[in-house]
Amino acid sequence: MTTSTSADPIVECRNIKKIYHQGKVDVVALDGIDMIVDRGSFMALAGPSGSGKTTLLNLMGGLDSPDAGSIILDGNNLQDLTASRLADLRLHRIGFVFQAYNLIPVLSALENVEFGMLLQGIPAKERRRRAMRILDDFGLDGKYHRRPAELSGGQQQRVAVARAIASDPAVVLADEPTANLDSGTGQGLLELMREMNTQRQVTFVFSTHDEMVMDYARRRVLIRDGRIVDDRLR
Amino acid sequence: MRRIVIIQLGWRNIWRNRRRTAVILTAVIIGVWSMVFLGALMRGTADRMVRNGIATLTGHLQIQHPSYRKDPLVEHRIRDPETVYRALEQRLPSDARWTARVRVNAVANNARHAGGVVLLGIDPPTEAAVSFISEAAVVAGRYLRSGEPHHILIGQALADKLETRLGNKLVMMSQDADGEIASRAFRICGIYRTEMESTEKQYVFATRSAVQQMLKIGNDVSEVSVLLQRHGRVDDVVKGLKKTLAAEPYQVLSWRELLPLVTAVLNMYDGFILIWFLTVFVAMGFGLVNTILMAVLERIREFGLLSAIGMKPPWVVAEVLVESFFLLAIGTATGNILGMLSVVMLSRTGIDLSAFAAGMEFVGMSRLIFPVLLVKDVFMANATILLLGLLVSLYPAVKAARFKPVQAMAHN
Repeated sequence: MTTSTSADPIVECRNIKKIYHQGKVDVVALDGIDMIVDRGSFMALAGPSGSGKTTLLNLMGGLDSPDAGSIILDGNNLQDLTASRLADLRLHRIGFVFQAYNLIPVLSALENVEFGMLLQGIPAKERRRRAMRILDDFGLDGKYHRRPAELSGGQQQRVAVARAIASDPAVVLADEPTANLDSGTGQGLLELMREMNTQRQVTFVFSTHDEMVMDYARRRVLIRDGRIVDDRLR
Repeated sequence: MRRIVIIQLGWRNIWRNRRRTAVILTAVIIGVWSMVFLGALMRGTADRMVRNGIATLTGHLQIQHPSYRKDPLVEHRIRDPETVYRALEQRLPSDARWTARVRVNAVANNARHAGGVVLLGIDPPTEAAVSFISEAAVVAGRYLRSGEPHHILIGQALADKLETRLGNKLVMMSQDADGEIASRAFRICGIYRTEMESTEKQYVFATRSAVQQMLKIGNDVSEVSVLLQRHGRVDDVVKGLKKTLAAEPYQVLSWRELLPLVTAVLNMYDGFILIWFLTVFVAMGFGLVNTILMAVLERIREFGLLSAIGMKPPWVVAEVLVESFFLLAIGTATGNILGMLSVVMLSRTGIDLSAFAAGMEFVGMSRLIFPVLLVKDVFMANATILLLGLLVSLYPAVKAARFKPVQAMAHN
């Protein structure tokens, strides 16, 4: 099943298969995924634990490679890229938010947000201005110089989202971004993400198995046993 | 700009585990300190050997009869010393000092004992400017005066051995120019002391004219010894003298040729210092690799994150190498300072090795060792630590760069 809602794709997954070899047992994580993510989407990959959501996000972000099929991100076929080119693509076109352990512990909140921009070569003044503005938008003004260990879990995730969007990516891939947060903090984070999507047209693809989180998405793709079993717009 | 973030990350990362950093820094500091300080001690030992060798009647260079070194007989002498003196006037730098000596093996006798010695006929004022024997070395009586026919200067150790003292007679016997046994009675006018007991036992001094008369050699001499103010000019001066004296039946020898044992020991020291540096590095290198590897392995997830957000493998390698560089740089800087402080402290007092002096004298080592710091040794110690340190750090650095983001971030 190929699912698409417009002719302006940012990510195209074609017949993706991924098998993990655990000893003598082969575990099929993804079994023929066809999916198109439109530019400007705010999309949830839903499904129970072990359904293949994280695997699909990792493949879309070029963090892992599929056993079969192809992924085209912003016009680049990920299978054709070297490790260095993939890193370059991740740096310039993809923002990541992970479930936990998102930030570089020796850098402050501001430096974490600046990190990607610094690697991109954005001048210091512009970099700092953008990082501060985003942190301000995320309600983290006054916490610029705190290191991750000095921030709450919710604040850390907000810094992580801020870092992900600060380098102006084509798509932000978020793997269960609210999983380690209480419901109130999680909702606040989702509001922020949706605001960024609405105001800045940042594409968000996030995985979740939480019904409340799914409700925030404008498109919900349900994955079960490595297959897309439902794909609907809200 | 990437450099800035890599340097920033590297610097902060080394202070994440302060105890581990302190341990490896201690190892590097001790390693560098020992390289600098013990290297300076070895150089000091070598330097004293050379100084002693040169001062002990060798000089920076000598002019001799070609057969004199192999067979130091009275017939192997310089029969036309004026030619040599003219060459010296022509070729030596103005600040150089030289003296001519008669040197023969002899037997020293008194009423109780006899012993083999080397009898030197010297010109007292010029000799004092070239070798150790001078007014300052005399501890009892006085130094020789030019032209004295029957006065002799002996070492304290020889005086003890012969059970004689100042004012006593000493009969010297040797072979003269005709191959006959020549003897002459001298009165001990002075007793000298030196740093090395073996020197005191071996050398006795009379005036050159007295020894020339005793050996019936006219104005002939055994050797002309030259002392230069600058050590580094020896080769040039030797070359010049060889050219000037090319037609004469004499040879010009530098101190390296005159003191082959010292030269061999010096060459050995270069090897020893290199082996010492490498030994220290190997011991320290294992600690360094272990530390960096530990630091990398406990941050696998972090390297996964860095890679996921766009750090390329070469940048990850650079980041780990920067951490290693900071550890090495701080360690070497501190080790250098401590090493140099140790050298400065000991440069006044030296280290007294009297307990081992008897054995050490065989190779011309002195009882007191003063460390000598050579720029090339400090450079070599630092280069060894920094370059080889970074080289061995490549292993953990490449390992960090090879982590796959997905596996790394799933690592517990």
